[in-house]
Amino acid sequence: MKRRTVLAFPAYVAAARLGGGRSSAAEARTLQVVAPWEITSLDPSRAGFIFTRLSVAETLVGAKPDGALVPQLAQSWSVAADRLTWTFRLRSSARFHDGRPVTPADVAAALERAAALPGPLRAAPIAAISPTEGAVEIRTSRPFVSLPAFLAHSSTQILSPGSFAGGETVAVIGSGPYRTTKIEPPQRVEIAGFGGYDGTPPAVAAAAYLAASRAETRVLMAEAGQADLAFTIDPASRQRLRRNPRVTLLELPIPRVVTLKVNCAHPALSDPRARRALSAAIDRPGVARAILRNESAAATQLFPPALAEWHVPDLPPLVRDLATARGLLAELGWQPGPDGVLVRDGKPFALTLRTFPDRPELPLIAAALQDQLREVGIRVSVAVGNSGDIPLGHRDGTLELALLARNFALVPDPLGTVLQDFGPDGGDWGAMGWRHQGMQRTLEALSAAFDPAERGRLRGDVARILHAELPVVPIGWYDHSLAASRRVDGVVLDPLELSYHLPALRWT
Amino acid sequence: MILRGLTAALAKRALQAVVVAVAVATIAFFALLSLPGDQAMRIAAGRYGYDIADTAAAALVRAELGLDRPLVERYLLWLADLARGDLGRSFVSGERVVGELAHLFRHTLVLAVTAFLVGCLVGLPLGWLAGLSPGGLVDRASLAAAVLARALPGFALGILLILLFSVGLGVLPAAGYGSVDALVLPALTVGVGLGGAISRVARDSTVAATTAPFFAFARLKGLSALQALLRHGVRNAAVPVIAYLGVQLAQLIEGLVIAETLFAWPGLGHAMVHAIVARDVPMVQGTALVLGLMFVALNGAVDAASLAADPRRRAAA
Repeated sequence: MKRRTVLAFPAYVAAARLGGGRSSAAEARTLQVVAPWEITSLDPSRAGFIFTRLSVAETLVGAKPDGALVPQLAQSWSVAADRLTWTFRLRSSARFHDGRPVTPADVAAALERAAALPGPLRAAPIAAISPTEGAVEIRTSRPFVSLPAFLAHSSTQILSPGSFAGGETVAVIGSGPYRTTKIEPPQRVEIAGFGGYDGTPPAVAAAAYLAASRAETRVLMAEAGQADLAFTIDPASRQRLRRNPRVTLLELPIPRVVTLKVNCAHPALSDPRARRALSAAIDRPGVARAILRNESAAATQLFPPALAEWHVPDLPPLVRDLATARGLLAELGWQPGPDGVLVRDGKPFALTLRTFPDRPELPLIAAALQDQLREVGIRVSVAVGNSGDIPLGHRDGTLELALLARNFALVPDPLGTVLQDFGPDGGDWGAMGWRHQGMQRTLEALSAAFDPAERGRLRGDVARILHAELPVVPIGWYDHSLAASRRVDGVVLDPLELSYHLPALRWT
Repeated sequence: MILRGLTAALAKRALQAVVVAVAVATIAFFALLSLPGDQAMRIAAGRYGYDIADTAAAALVRAELGLDRPLVERYLLWLADLARGDLGRSFVSGERVVGELAHLFRHTLVLAVTAFLVGCLVGLPLGWLAGLSPGGLVDRASLAAAVLARALPGFALGILLILLFSVGLGVLPAAGYGSVDALVLPALTVGVGLGGAISRVARDSTVAATTAPFFAFARLKGLSALQALLRHGVRNAAVPVIAYLGVQLAQLIEGLVIAETLFAWPGLGHAMVHAIVARDVPMVQGTALVLGLMFVALNGAVDAASLAADPRRRAAA
């Protein structure tokens, strides 16, 4: 409290001299944002999400927290009768922070660039991108209803040609309500309201972003009143922040799911009954309570309620049922061996589970699963390595089990991730060695279906197939969290993590 | 005499610097390659986030960076670049390593020097006071304080300091950089542990100096205690302290990594840890190189100070 008074004092004096009052002092304040993500690069395909979250760079399409797509740099879009040709009409008054109007050619160039680099757009069936009068036309090689959602991904942000020199990104000159005033990779960005923005100017005139990789640091900054918005609070600290009168803690389930990836081509795992047995051996509420520290984080199906369109409330929840698990395993010919480990044809039921520590809870969950699976006679050895071991093991076929956290809303439409994970060849982070005719037909129909009712039905089918077949076994659902200072009003926590919604903020 | 000794010492250090540069870079290069996991995959995860890093992204990275070329070829290319003073570009950010290091080095240096000064300012007077009356109150209290400061892990000390000064009193920022007040807590975090150790060495060397026969002789020939201390005590007591400071530099750099991470301070140590995780070879080589050279430079400074303080060493040199 004292520090704020001390710091604010010169501002009050300055404001008083200019004949201003308290409000102008407030306007002069800089909003402090702290988050774990470092600015590893200015390139849109790398840390571009930082600049879209800060409302510096815009994508063609935005999304509301519920996933509904909204216009951003594109004021409207439509698809022709052939269902292949999309037209994205641009906001004609939009300007880049360097004063240049945003032209269709700039947009097309940015999208071409995004499609050539790793990112969701690369996976979209794009045949051609061409600028037209006041719009950009995108042709797909097959009907692809999720295209607008893909254009909400940060890697498709539209930057001024002045941002690039010799193929490199040298600045982030976007068209959003904020412009950068200072970028100091890897830790700090400072932004200020852009005078030439063609929408409502933001009420908070300036903000600073600091990357602090330790959760302790972010929590302490929030507690000390140094951070106005502190993102991603560890479960253990949330309890304490809830009691802090200076801070409002916002928590939301997000479309990120802890899953157990199963090699469905493995002799012990190829039968869906084996995977159901695995699933029935897992104590999800225990994991949720002890490790994720949130009872409601126990997954009852793959898609969390946060994905309202994909979550099917009437699916029978996945629960722990050791009798069923043992019964299924016995049906498959597994018999308890002398050391309690199941044996079939002289071979023990032993598997290796790979995981990685980038998310610190994963190795802990892996250890819990190891324990729980041992109870039904499955011996699991846990190998904690690099995240890359999982895609590599997927490709060379050596992977047996993998524990990972999958974001189903890399683009606001989870279909993008679902197609990548459960397509005909499975996916690096999804199904492995799993072929299901019904699923392929449903996915093909879904990516080409434009009728909302039919899409709803097909989505339900996808969820039901995944629930019965368990090519990946859902374990837990994630929460997103934000500690916001009481000095700001209008804070929005976006479960899709597309934006910090800074333009909606006001000083109290 | 002094000059010749200094020149020789510095020349030795300069030669050492070259050897360190090549050795550090080589070790970094091969050590990173021997780490488990696919390098291209790690780099892709570092660049695009692990959600997007799949085998296709890794293949693009491998092709772009030429990671499929023979090891020896890549190493020789890098060595040739180093000889020209070119450290290459970060595999993750794509920026010139030299530019990134310049930013990071500035902040690391500010933090290191401040922490070092804190260590000296806390440790030396305390040690001298304790050494003047061994077994006295100051001696015993400072021993307890030094043991505590030394035993407390930097991470815990840092959090305690933030809780006290930022959350509790609200007088200093909890983390961040760019202002003088933001420097205080990280510098204290690194400096206090260092000061604890320094105080003990300073105390012992003061005891040794003040109980030496020459000190008794100085008192006998009529000098007051203060005169004897200033004339014959301080310099003699300083020699082991200076030598010890050189040894402490390794601990200082280790402390920096922790403080930089906890206080979101942009620095070489923190950047090196991130670069290792992302298998960003040029960045690891660059940070290791700067830290290694910093080490050599500081050791050089310690040599020079030792020579200045101790004429016997000059004769030896």
